[in-house]
Amino acid sequence: MIEIRNLHAEIDGKKIINGLSLTVNDGEVAAIMGPNGSGKSTLSYVISGREGYDVTGGEVLLNGENILEMNAAERAAKGVFLAFQYPLEIPGVTTMTFLKACLNAQRKSRGEAELSTPDFMKRVKAGAEKLGVPQDMLRRALNVGFSGGEKKRMEVLQMSLLEPTFAILDETDSGLDIDALRIVSEGVNALRDPKRSFLVITHYQRLLDYIVPDTVHVMSKGQIVKTGSKELALELEANGYRDYVGEAA
Amino acid sequence: MAAVQETVDRVKSVDVDAYKYGFVSDIESEKAPKGLNEDIVRFISAKKNEPAWLTEWRLEAYRLWLTMPEPDWARVDYPKINYQDLYYYSAPKSTPGPKNLDEVDPELLRVYEKLGIPLREQEILAGVQERKVAVDAVFDSVSVATTFKAELAKAGVIFCPISEAVHTHPELVKKYLGSVVPTSDNYYATLNSAVFSDGSFVYIPPGVRCPMELSTYFRINEQNTGQFERTLIIADKGSYVSYLEGCTAPKRDENQLHAAVVELITHDDAEIKYSTVQNWYPGDADGKGGIYNFVTKRGDCRGARSKISWTQVETGSAITWKYPSCILRGDESRGEFYSIAISNGRQQVDSGTKMIHLGKNTTSRIISKGISAGHSNNTYRGQVLAQKRATNARNFTNCDSLLIGETCGAHTIPYIEAKNASAVFEHEATTSKISEDQLFYCMQRGLSAEEATALIVNGFVRDVLQQLPMEFAVEAQKLISISLEGSVG
Repeated sequence: MIEIRNLHAEIDGKKIINGLSLTVNDGEVAAIMGPNGSGKSTLSYVISGREGYDVTGGEVLLNGENILEMNAAERAAKGVFLAFQYPLEIPGVTTMTFLKACLNAQRKSRGEAELSTPDFMKRVKAGAEKLGVPQDMLRRALNVGFSGGEKKRMEVLQMSLLEPTFAILDETDSGLDIDALRIVSEGVNALRDPKRSFLVITHYQRLLDYIVPDTVHVMSKGQIVKTGSKELALELEANGYRDYVGEAA
Repeated sequence: MAAVQETVDRVKSVDVDAYKYGFVSDIESEKAPKGLNEDIVRFISAKKNEPAWLTEWRLEAYRLWLTMPEPDWARVDYPKINYQDLYYYSAPKSTPGPKNLDEVDPELLRVYEKLGIPLREQEILAGVQERKVAVDAVFDSVSVATTFKAELAKAGVIFCPISEAVHTHPELVKKYLGSVVPTSDNYYATLNSAVFSDGSFVYIPPGVRCPMELSTYFRINEQNTGQFERTLIIADKGSYVSYLEGCTAPKRDENQLHAAVVELITHDDAEIKYSTVQNWYPGDADGKGGIYNFVTKRGDCRGARSKISWTQVETGSAITWKYPSCILRGDESRGEFYSIAISNGRQQVDSGTKMIHLGKNTTSRIISKGISAGHSNNTYRGQVLAQKRATNARNFTNCDSLLIGETCGAHTIPYIEAKNASAVFEHEATTSKISEDQLFYCMQRGLSAEEATALIVNGFVRDVLQQLPMEFAVEAQKLISISLEGSVG
């Protein structure tokens, strides 16, 4: 469970998050929708611990523990996962090498034994098969020369391996055609679990046809201005954000 | 990933100034008086009991050196060296030409153990199960021990200190010494010709594939001592040898001069693969101390279809001035240069290669990876030249620079010239930075900033690491991370 309480954050002195509060319970899939510039991506960065953002107030509790003092790697080991809108390329580092390094770094940080290579291979292969990730992709340098769809699938594969307790999907639908969107969504849905919570950030309701949320929040000017059920997304699709954007001012 | 993890652990366990090989060994040594003049040159020659022709060869070089200006075109900056304030000869006292390891000062062997050099044959066998490595160890200026001599002799391979080869194989030394790097070549090579004291000599007879890797470890120990080793490797027709070179030096507040010369010769269909992991003391974080590494390395593909391949991992030295080159004289000969040059702290690197195409259908390949961090400057300087009769010369150059942080510099200076219209030269160059986005991405997946940097850098240099013999590749990977310690966060 993640609880965000009265969060304030800024970058270069510019306030982006203005007293935002939000709770996502275990097993819940919450969607955040909002116009460009409402602070959605910043929220994902502040939660996951990207440097350069000043948190000027509030707290973020992961299963009761404030994670704001931890660096990004420590938060990851605690179970925070961010599926990037634009996954980064790491030239010369094979996907397999990267995955193993990350998984074992997290395990080490939690005081667990590192996975042996055969055990690791088994897990990766099983995960890759489910997502239709071909074996040769695992031997290529991470995200280098991958298509948009391949990159997003790789994000979901990483998520399935790292088994986070709280996952943020940042505009996961951007750049995906319908087929890729379906595959990625199925991958995410397969990871839905009573102990895992999701925050799905999106512009468009389209994604929410595939990943059906339990709750929908509307974000504007760094705050949650409206919370509802999945029908709220349909209403936004029909009427746009204008009914809500004014309220936060 | 085990290696990367290990490197990271090691990085964590040392601080910036903790150069692991920075111990000084308490070994008595015999030195020539400070300074340089004809008497010193004669002294060195006499110490080695050299024949008159070699003494004369040295003296000629010395006289020539006196007339030469010190080069200043490299992109490096250092106070003028007082050549009269250096020792030009220093030998561990108790080793008047040891015949085997039992005769070597045990303290010296302990030094090599500390360096992790498997000098003793059983250690070599224990450490490297499938491949044997024969080691020649050069301490300050003198070769102290060469292993596996008997087994090599069976194959007809000669691997010994060059001072010994002068006596045992004078015809070979006389024929090849200075035939690739002439005494007049450049300021430092000329100085080396006058005062070189030892180094390794290798001869592979026709048709022989050297049964093991040959390796030389260089160590500068004495204070104010210049090290001037001379390496000469000849691969006769249809032979093959892989040669490894490793270097360390103690931490000293003064700068130490290292001016080596390496000459390689390949005859028809022969191949030499020469790998270096250079880890001389780089100086402290403020740029105090460290080795001045002014080295001339050149290979001559004298025979048709012969091949010379240089692979280097340069992590140490305060200043590196080094351009391992290939003269592609034989038709269809091939030259390769694979380089990783890392600079951190106040290090200055000006390194690269020359590929001189003389024969027909000659090919060359250059892959250079420069990594700069801290306040360092890293310059790639490379020349590719096709002479008139070099029809169908081919070169491919790929030159990548990676910057870590805001205060370092990377420079690429290619010189490309084709005097034959059929030449095809390709040059690719990139400069990139480890972006905050990449770092954050890796950290979000659970890697620490150091682990992430090590991973990204290892990926960046992968093409070159793959060229190194296995044992060296692991060592190099560790070194890379250690030398980048303190460059992030």
